[in-house]
Amino acid sequence: MAHFDENAKPFSHQWLNDRLAIDTLKRVLSTEYWIPKNINFLWAMGMVLAATFGLLLISGIFLLMYYQPNTNLAFDSVNYTIMTEVGYGWLWRHIHGVGASVVFLIIYIHMFTGIYYGSYKRGRELIWLSGMLLFVLFSAEAFSGYMLPWGQMSYWAGMVITNLFSGGSLHANGLVEWIRGDYIPGQAFLSRFFMLHVLLMPLVIIGAIVFHFGTLRLPHVNNQDGEDFDFEESARLYKEGKKKESKVIPFNPVFLSKDVFVMGIYFIFFFYLVFYHFEFAMDPVNFDPANGLKTPTHIYPEWYFLWSYEILRPFPTDPGLIAFGFAQVIFFLLPFLDRSPNVAPASRRGLFKFWFWILLVDMIVLTFMGKLPPQGIWSTIGLIAAIIFIALWVLLPIITKLEKKL
Amino acid sequence: MNKELKILGIVVIFTLILYWGVEPFAHSQMHKHVEGHGLVYDGKADIEEASKAKKEAKEKFWADVKRISSIKGDPVAGEATFAMCGSCHMKNASNMGGVTPPSLDHAGALYDKNFLIALIKNPAMATNVDHKYKDTATHPMGGVMSMVSSDQDIANVVAYLKTKKAGEVTPKEAFIEACSRCHANRYGKLTQLGEIPKTKSNIKTGQDIDRMKYDQKVATEQNALADYLGKLPPDLSIIYRARSEHFLETFIENPQSQLPGTAMPRTGLSHEGMEKVLSFLEETGDPSKPARDALGPWVLAFFVIFTILAYLWKQYQWRDLH
Repeated sequence: MAHFDENAKPFSHQWLNDRLAIDTLKRVLSTEYWIPKNINFLWAMGMVLAATFGLLLISGIFLLMYYQPNTNLAFDSVNYTIMTEVGYGWLWRHIHGVGASVVFLIIYIHMFTGIYYGSYKRGRELIWLSGMLLFVLFSAEAFSGYMLPWGQMSYWAGMVITNLFSGGSLHANGLVEWIRGDYIPGQAFLSRFFMLHVLLMPLVIIGAIVFHFGTLRLPHVNNQDGEDFDFEESARLYKEGKKKESKVIPFNPVFLSKDVFVMGIYFIFFFYLVFYHFEFAMDPVNFDPANGLKTPTHIYPEWYFLWSYEILRPFPTDPGLIAFGFAQVIFFLLPFLDRSPNVAPASRRGLFKFWFWILLVDMIVLTFMGKLPPQGIWSTIGLIAAIIFIALWVLLPIITKLEKKL
Repeated sequence: MNKELKILGIVVIFTLILYWGVEPFAHSQMHKHVEGHGLVYDGKADIEEASKAKKEAKEKFWADVKRISSIKGDPVAGEATFAMCGSCHMKNASNMGGVTPPSLDHAGALYDKNFLIALIKNPAMATNVDHKYKDTATHPMGGVMSMVSSDQDIANVVAYLKTKKAGEVTPKEAFIEACSRCHANRYGKLTQLGEIPKTKSNIKTGQDIDRMKYDQKVATEQNALADYLGKLPPDLSIIYRARSEHFLETFIENPQSQLPGTAMPRTGLSHEGMEKVLSFLEETGDPSKPARDALGPWVLAFFVIFTILAYLWKQYQWRDLH
């Protein structure tokens, strides 16, 4: 039984401390949560993501007050009611639309930062795995949200993506119908994706974010040199006032001050997009209402799914689906496929340096080809890029095994 | 600091390459590029597109238009001839052969002179939908070919329209007269019959009976249109967001150039007409633009100040770390 100070006034510091251990919480989560000093602005991407998620959540709540999940009303509730009749409805919608796109840009930067600095190894495997889980959850959230305006691209993307579940030659049409709740995307389809988008997915995402933070606490954040040092010792130096000698800084306020500065720059960029350059996040095709009798000339996903779409597309149906499945799960396996003992920036890791940049460029090429019409030279380039992608992952254990210990 | 800027540079460059590839480049490859012809209606594009069998007829037709264009028209004589047009182009006109004749109150301002000449001479040829008719005289407006047939009469009527029917026109009027016989604009509260009237629920039935009656009339009109054109032309409420402005301009200028075989007639808009119609489409399709332009600078200024303060705080916190 804990000791309770009976003289403590309700809600006084002592009173709360007895009941919630607020001093300990504050120490563990903030003032003595040690972060390496040797970091750059890329280490702020986690907080930038949290802030963007916050913007998506808040703007989403406002949109939810007016959105109508009904196939007859959805399109106009978004494009007319929210854009015209609701005060600042357009602002919430643009924040939500731009946020949904930009959040993936930051996720990719965050991911490639982790890959470049080897931040998925030596105790940090769960950080990587929970991060990848978040990537998948955000993808599901983005896809389900994309259905809601019920425009042409919502409808046809919904048709194409749910069709993937037929499994090619397996012809599992029953599964596809079960997912859609109908033979084609209709009211049942819209209602369930609405539920997923506004309830189930956000709940799971919030849980996964907490878990992601949790996985970070013990192994600590990596640093620019992948240096493995004694956090306890550095923390002691810092607390003794030997800040120059110490290799760490407390999360609050020192690390946070840099995070907030980076966030400031990010918000300038973000709101510039919201006010002056939002078209990239709202595809023109989706401003035509859903029409099951009229297939759009070009069907393509949003930019952040293009690379995996292009791994599906250049192959015949069955191998394509297998390649697509491969692309979806392979990033999860990174900590186990990288056989090198080194935690260091890619630039110091021999062949891995080339692996990293080739992967990045290859995924950008795949992204380009995923949007272009699959004809002529574009198909060929897409096929080669898809094969390179698969080859890179097959080669990864070999080239990392050959790597010399630093 | 230098290292940070170098990293930022790499991130920015890759982001910009990514953006270029999925937006400007991809879109330039996905849509065929159609050059506009500056709203000059001389039939050049029509003749180029025409099949061998029709080429000659088109060449002759547009040569005739050019000839009539050089004749000086007499607006006073034109007014008398125009009286004949009024028997169809009148207030509360009824549907004729699929379409309700539009009001010509601002025709002189909205439409190009050469186009008007061509339209009176042969409506199907002028609007570039002659492929739909065995005999172009069967076009719903084909009657005009026998009513106003001499070169001088045509020049007179056009002179009349260009002087007396060319008053100031609002974007909404421009859309109603030039587009809304076929295209509704529900965000602009327009149907093929014009502005949607204000109606009220009937207290005895609890239903808006007048609205139902109106909707019935609209349905009849739309049905006639769909029968005539093959399908109901799309509502244009938000077309401004669904197509680029360049597409809209070139499409309106010559629908066949973007969508060969379409039933949509060329509307022959003048520069003023095009500007007004596009401005109405922007109003209904992108209504938040004025609000965005007003609020944007304030929000950005807020975050610039926020960032400066954050930088000062960061410098303060990191002052004795290195």
